[in-house]
Amino acid sequence: MVGIQSASEVTSWLVTGRILFLIIHVLGILCFAYIVARRMVPLLRAERDFRFDHHWLRLGRVLKFWLGQWKQPRYKLAGTLHIFIFAGFIVLAVRAFSVLIVGVSENFVMPGLAGRAGPIYDIITDYAATIVFLCMAIAVIRRLVFKPARYAVPPRYGKAHTADAIVLLSLIAILMVADSLFAAAKAAAQSQPGQSIETLAAFSLPWILQKVLASMSLPTLGRLYFGAYLVHELTFYFLLCYRPFGIQFHVETSLFNIYFAKLDREILKPVRWGVAEEHMNQVKSFGVKTFEDFTWKHILDFYSCADCGRCSDNCPANAVGRPLSPRFISIKARDYAFQHYPVIGRALDGTALVGKDSGGIYSEDEIWSCTTCGACETECPLLVEYIDKIVDLRRGMIDDGNVPQSLQKPLKALESRGNPYGKMEKKKADWANAKDFQQTCRVKTLDHPNDADTLYFVDSITSYDDRMQSIGRATAKILNHVGENFGILGAAEKDSGHEVRRFGEETLFMALRDHNVDAIKASGVRRIVTSDPHAYNALKHDYKDVPPVEHISQVIASELRAGKIKFNPVDDKNNVYTYHDPCYLGRHNQVYDDPRDVLDAIPGLKRVEMTRCRDRSFCCGGGGLMLFYEPKEDQRMGVKRVQMAAEAGANVIVTACPFCMVNMEDAIKVAGLEGKMTAIDLAELVDQQIARESQKVA
Amino acid sequence: MEILVCARRVPDTSENEIQLNSGGNDIERDELVYSINEADNYAVEEALQIVARVGGTVTVVTVGGEDDEEILRREMAMGANHGVLITDEAFGGSDGKGIATILKAFVQKGHYDLILTGVQAEDGGAQVGGMLAALLDYPFASLVNSIEVLDGKKLKVSREIEGGNKEMNEIDLPCVLSIQTGINEPRYVGMRGIRQVASVPIPTFGASDLGVDPGAVGEAAARVKRVDYFVPALGKGAEILRGSREENVDKVLELVAAKGGLK
Repeated sequence: MVGIQSASEVTSWLVTGRILFLIIHVLGILCFAYIVARRMVPLLRAERDFRFDHHWLRLGRVLKFWLGQWKQPRYKLAGTLHIFIFAGFIVLAVRAFSVLIVGVSENFVMPGLAGRAGPIYDIITDYAATIVFLCMAIAVIRRLVFKPARYAVPPRYGKAHTADAIVLLSLIAILMVADSLFAAAKAAAQSQPGQSIETLAAFSLPWILQKVLASMSLPTLGRLYFGAYLVHELTFYFLLCYRPFGIQFHVETSLFNIYFAKLDREILKPVRWGVAEEHMNQVKSFGVKTFEDFTWKHILDFYSCADCGRCSDNCPANAVGRPLSPRFISIKARDYAFQHYPVIGRALDGTALVGKDSGGIYSEDEIWSCTTCGACETECPLLVEYIDKIVDLRRGMIDDGNVPQSLQKPLKALESRGNPYGKMEKKKADWANAKDFQQTCRVKTLDHPNDADTLYFVDSITSYDDRMQSIGRATAKILNHVGENFGILGAAEKDSGHEVRRFGEETLFMALRDHNVDAIKASGVRRIVTSDPHAYNALKHDYKDVPPVEHISQVIASELRAGKIKFNPVDDKNNVYTYHDPCYLGRHNQVYDDPRDVLDAIPGLKRVEMTRCRDRSFCCGGGGLMLFYEPKEDQRMGVKRVQMAAEAGANVIVTACPFCMVNMEDAIKVAGLEGKMTAIDLAELVDQQIARESQKVA
Repeated sequence: MEILVCARRVPDTSENEIQLNSGGNDIERDELVYSINEADNYAVEEALQIVARVGGTVTVVTVGGEDDEEILRREMAMGANHGVLITDEAFGGSDGKGIATILKAFVQKGHYDLILTGVQAEDGGAQVGGMLAALLDYPFASLVNSIEVLDGKKLKVSREIEGGNKEMNEIDLPCVLSIQTGINEPRYVGMRGIRQVASVPIPTFGASDLGVDPGAVGEAAARVKRVDYFVPALGKGAEILRGSREENVDKVLELVAAKGGLK
């Protein structure tokens, strides 16, 4: 070292830098290790969760979602900032370690950076530090001046998190400045007359600082150099040990959270990992009642939440003022973990999680408010899971008998009659047996094996609801038109149980499923078609050993491609159509294009997209048992949705789900758009537009 | 506190389409689904809540047949400690007083501080609670919609009065109360809970076990007999709307508005 003393050689307060920094290193690392070990305690006490498979697939996802920051650009400004900060951190990680080691051993050079790579890497890091610093500045300005709505903390969830965020951002900025100052002081000293010159990246933070320091004396530069190093060192360890106390912990946990993230999102978590269904009776308690009933991965989720608010920004329940904000499902649980598993002191005994009266962190209404639409999970850059947690909390409430009266009746009816309305089984096929309909389209009830190739699984709402029966009849006519040999189960078909399961009534779901699987197998069909995305999702993912299942929109699209379906032009060319993606067709099963292809094949049909479409579709309000639940809300989700359709310039909402239809038609009335807006099911529209032989002749 | 709840299994009005049988003296029972009488379910929930506050046990008893075990298991899954089935061929066709006589004999075999019944059975006449109290010479309060345990010997109960008013009463134990729906929010009982108590034995008692004279109960002794069962004929001034749901809603709104019900 020429010119100034290296940091390790400086002696002050009778301690050489080397020893001082060694002490800081050891203390910092020990402190961090201790804190992390304490943070691991609840994970070790938590429920099992099987995430130790498919290592290559998981690594691939780490590359995509962690290193590749895949979901970040969904929010353009915040996402871009994050990508820059993340990239900066990755670049600076190597430098941070070598800088730390330099404090103890001044001639240390990171392996691989000894030759030509060294100076190039230095230039890159100079820019990286500069970019991170600038991003911090922008982030602080956003937090203080522009205040994006999604960062706000509603009063019922406590105080604003702005101060925490500013402290964190400032600490990182200080780290960048200290790092740059350290490099600049060294370079400035070297650029004094007679010294060999080390070049800094032009216009980078160290470069600017070097210009400022250029005229300073060597001793001053020496002190600055040492001071900057000490600040860097202290800030680094302070940040390291401060991170496990808040949202900044995701810097450490995100890699693991993404590696262990759920691979098969469409399949609900079992009641207990590692307990076969037939042994479920031996499980003493179902669902999540106390914090330790969460799985270790779910607790890791809580640690990993970065409080970015994207989940709640997209959550329809949050948007209409229901007492649910997915962000605070995580934040409240994380605060609970920190409080009950303190870094210093013994773990406290846990109380019930649900029920504000009994000291829980969640209210009952909060947990029932979720429609399981999946918007939060689709948005989360860290792949935090919500649906499984909500369902597990509901399982706990069901197990304790803590169920709103409005849901008890339909659940009881599902148990005794196999449908939530308490209607007679023998009336299940009435929609198909109406005389005038039977004459145009005969629908068989499959009483004997091999009566038909295809089963039309109708499900409860389409079978019993006067309005939705029209969707059933349209579906049957379409299947008839394409020459499908199909039938229905009639009285033998029970509710698919899709919402029963998602409302946490696992035992009842299993009974419904087992009954339906037996009935489907007895019918001998080779394929299942349904017009209900909830039934589709249940048959596809919740049932096992049943023939392949298709949604009617997929059937129509493939028959269209095969040329078996031709459309007449739309009557009213002034209509503007928009397609509303049902959650369980779109987000949960990625069927986005088939329904749109079908619409676009109808001559003269003008179609526009709503801003929130495809995987950002906005839930209509929920189906199945959600229709019976009486939520506390300012507005209906459906009303918001029909307003979105109006904003897009549409006057016809096409959907492909009977529950969406219920909610849309109600919402059109509530929003006062009657006469200006209509809703129609894709099957109804197709049935209406299909060019049939008789018409061709005419 | 030892609490006995008298419960009954009835056709579930929300899940059945009630039709008369061909004889016209009863309803068609072939495809009915049954459940516990709603008010009795509230009574069991109230008993469980009292026991949770002051301790004790809850026993649920029903007079009926083997099929009625179903509701006992449901209430045991809710948290009742014991279920008891009182069954005997001699009991068939009992009127309200007959049932009260049978229950009285059962009550006297045990030591109950408090006996609850539902305010009325959905297919019954709100008779048994009062008669049981009279036969036992216990105090009785009907239409109870809140219960507070004052000390070991007294309760403070409120009764629902026509027009939505409440009347507060003190009542000595042991006593009989008939419980109004809405007194609480009964907890949910799922299939899992019922399965967990599926193999718990349910004791049964017959006429000889209880020392009931078969001649004093049953159809022969009944002094109230059902002679007919019918859907009332359309009276004057009644109007049945027979349009589609939409039309009916519009029509109802119009009618209510015409009578000054909507302003």
